[in-house]
Amino acid sequence: MARQMTGAKMVVQALKDQGVDTVFGYPGGAVLPIYDEIFLQNDIRHILVRHEQGAVHAAEGYARSTGRPGVVLVTSGPGATNAVTGLTDALMDSIPIVVLTGQVPTFMIGTDGFQEADTVGITRPCTKHNWLVKETDKLADTIHQAFHVARSGRPGPVLVDIPKDVQFASGTYVAPKSARVSHYQPQVKGDIGAITKLVAAMEKAERPIFYTGGGVINSGPAASQLLRELVDATGFPITSTLMGLGAYPASGKHWMGMLGMHGLYEANMAMHDCDLMINIGARFDDRITGRLDAFSPHSTKAHVDIDPSSINKVIRVDIPIIGDVGHVLEDILKVWKSRGRKTHKDGLAKWWGKIGDWRKVACLSYTNSKKVIKPQYALERLEALTKDRDRYICTEVGQHQMWAAQYLTFEDPNRWMTSGGLGTMGYGFPASIGVQMAHPDALVINVAGEASWLMNMQEMGTAMQYRLPVKQFILNNERLGMVRQWQELLHGERYSQSWSESLPDFVKLAEAFGAKGIICKDPADLDDAILEMLAHDGPVIFDCLVEKHENCFPMIPSGKPHNEMLLGNASTKDAIQAGGAVLV
Amino acid sequence: MSALKIKKGSTSHSAYELRDPNADIVERHTLACIVENEPGVLARVIGLFSGRGYNIESLTVAEIDHTGHMSRITVVTTGTPAVIDQIKAQLGRIVPVHEVHDLTVEGPSVERELGLFKVSGKGDQRVEALRLADIFRANVVDSTLESFIFEITGTPEKIDAFADLMRPLGLQEVARTGVAALSRGAI
Ligand SMILES: Cc1ncc(C[n+]2csc(CCOP(=O)(O)OP(=O)(O)O)c2C)c(N)n1
Ligand SMILES: [Mg+2]
Repeated sequence: MARQMTGAKMVVQALKDQGVDTVFGYPGGAVLPIYDEIFLQNDIRHILVRHEQGAVHAAEGYARSTGRPGVVLVTSGPGATNAVTGLTDALMDSIPIVVLTGQVPTFMIGTDGFQEADTVGITRPCTKHNWLVKETDKLADTIHQAFHVARSGRPGPVLVDIPKDVQFASGTYVAPKSARVSHYQPQVKGDIGAITKLVAAMEKAERPIFYTGGGVINSGPAASQLLRELVDATGFPITSTLMGLGAYPASGKHWMGMLGMHGLYEANMAMHDCDLMINIGARFDDRITGRLDAFSPHSTKAHVDIDPSSINKVIRVDIPIIGDVGHVLEDILKVWKSRGRKTHKDGLAKWWGKIGDWRKVACLSYTNSKKVIKPQYALERLEALTKDRDRYICTEVGQHQMWAAQYLTFEDPNRWMTSGGLGTMGYGFPASIGVQMAHPDALVINVAGEASWLMNMQEMGTAMQYRLPVKQFILNNERLGMVRQWQELLHGERYSQSWSESLPDFVKLAEAFGAKGIICKDPADLDDAILEMLAHDGPVIFDCLVEKHENCFPMIPSGKPHNEMLLGNASTKDAIQAGGAVLV
Repeated sequence: MSALKIKKGSTSHSAYELRDPNADIVERHTLACIVENEPGVLARVIGLFSGRGYNIESLTVAEIDHTGHMSRITVVTTGTPAVIDQIKAQLGRIVPVHEVHDLTVEGPSVERELGLFKVSGKGDQRVEALRLADIFRANVVDSTLESFIFEITGTPEKIDAFADLMRPLGLQEVARTGVAALSRGAI
């Protein structure tokens, strides 16, 4: 049924019809009519952030932890430009978000009007798609299309730019059901011939490995279930990228830990030596592959991805399968079962033996201390004291992020929110707010570095206002730790600008916002301090003073292959040659 | 050795050198994209090429279906086969792009370009220009006592050859449309 209403009302109606319950936003002149409509209703909750970047990361946290698109509403000009980092972050990590921006009225576009920016121009390369809506009659349809594009195929951020006169004018509302059917319908079923070829390779493989990524999580909980079934039925080892943690449980029998630059020794060695690599929903990112011409030299490679442009982009594969992970896994299982559930038992047994040897290296061991809290120890204790709870983990970017990926365990998908592709410092805190909004009763912890955390610390106001009991667990090394580590390894220990000077007193900072602050510097006090944090019903800033010069290992130095990992400080001298230093 | 001594781009073994420079030779491909004629669609295509470092040798665009608002973009690009495959996949990923065809590999095709050439001169030069234009089957679409504008269609190579001949005869200005191309035979 077609209904007449203003553009502003349409926005709210379209969001409701899309099942949106939460919007993260910040008002301004160009979105006032929409804010008026938000004021007049109670179905959609608006969360007033303290910076538009925070709104986008919060929406990302919401989306990652629920699988549903996160929604953002910001004003024109500076509101839109502040959203750019979050959009780019969501694009790199394939996170579905819908950002609505206000724009100057259509008759002022192009005049350099107050708070005018070419928002669709600026955000074209950092969205999956974007639209400028010039007629109110097209507004509802465009918003429905935006949701469709954000969540279909490889998910990603979309943006709808809405001039103020379009918000004021009346037009015809169309419900999602009657909206135009989009031609954009990515292929979800994989080619059965290619799937059969993969199954045949699986039957013969003596050293197979599953290498999984964020695509499994994006495909939905069913994909994770199917992955578990396939891994456990075949008995193949499985490793995952940073983005894919939780798709297969860390307690699972075949779990090898994360791979990549700071991945586990056994995972990287197995990637290097395997004879069949089955990439499911990962994209051969440079953090994973290391030196390309020495990447897994003797393996047959299969790649399942819903985005055809991911296939053969970096690594040429032997068995490409374009499709949705869930659909393809279902077919792989079906074909493998129908052909008699065959695997190469002897080969596999030997392979696991080899993996066992690599595991004995115990690559995550570190030298603990009684005097100072080692960051690894802090995370081990956090893990021990929280792992049985309904827990969601966010991180910032740096050493702490890699340690969190190494020392915390994930049993389920959608429980781990971290900025992978873009590596955005300042992501974690607002993301934790988005997660807590979606899961009010869960324990939400942001494992942070002090420098990253300061980048969006203004969101303490948001956490307090909405009584979101997010726990900010700051591993405070008073350093831009990851930068310092690279300077140590690559730049002759010249620590240029990698100190965190003039840090705030985090306890007082928490108190200034009306939150709780905890400081801990003695390993003996750590457990009690963590328990105190968990017991507090409200936001907590936990200032965990840790060893300042700890390096994050294992590490594949830039320009090196998987089988040349650094395992600890002793092995680092001159490890990275000039050729690697030019890499990021 | 210090990190600073590395020449830019010297990391052929690195994760950033996505193309194996020795693996393949550079090819020229003509791609045809059928796109929704919505604002910004051309910017998306051009932005893709500049953002990812691909080459554009020629690009033409016009609406070909006024009721359905569909345009055809013809891009001539160069790259190794791996890069060409990436370009096609990346084009296909743009939401308003409906179809991507590689006319260079999808069977025989015809390519045509239109050029306008302003040539000025007097006496013998003028006669010679007219004579050559006739050989190339170029039409005179404007003439004054001192100048002609020739219109010529053909392959880009033919238009290049015509330009080379006109240059010594007083070539003043050139406008070229870029390549339009269709596959041969019934679909
Ligand atoms: C917005 C942004 N700016 C700069 C960087 C580069 N960078 C990566 S890690 C890092 C240091 C992070 O320090 P901190 O948050 O204290 O974490 P730590 O490594 O000490 O655990 C920097 C500056 C980045 N990733 N993001
Ligand atoms: Mg730090």
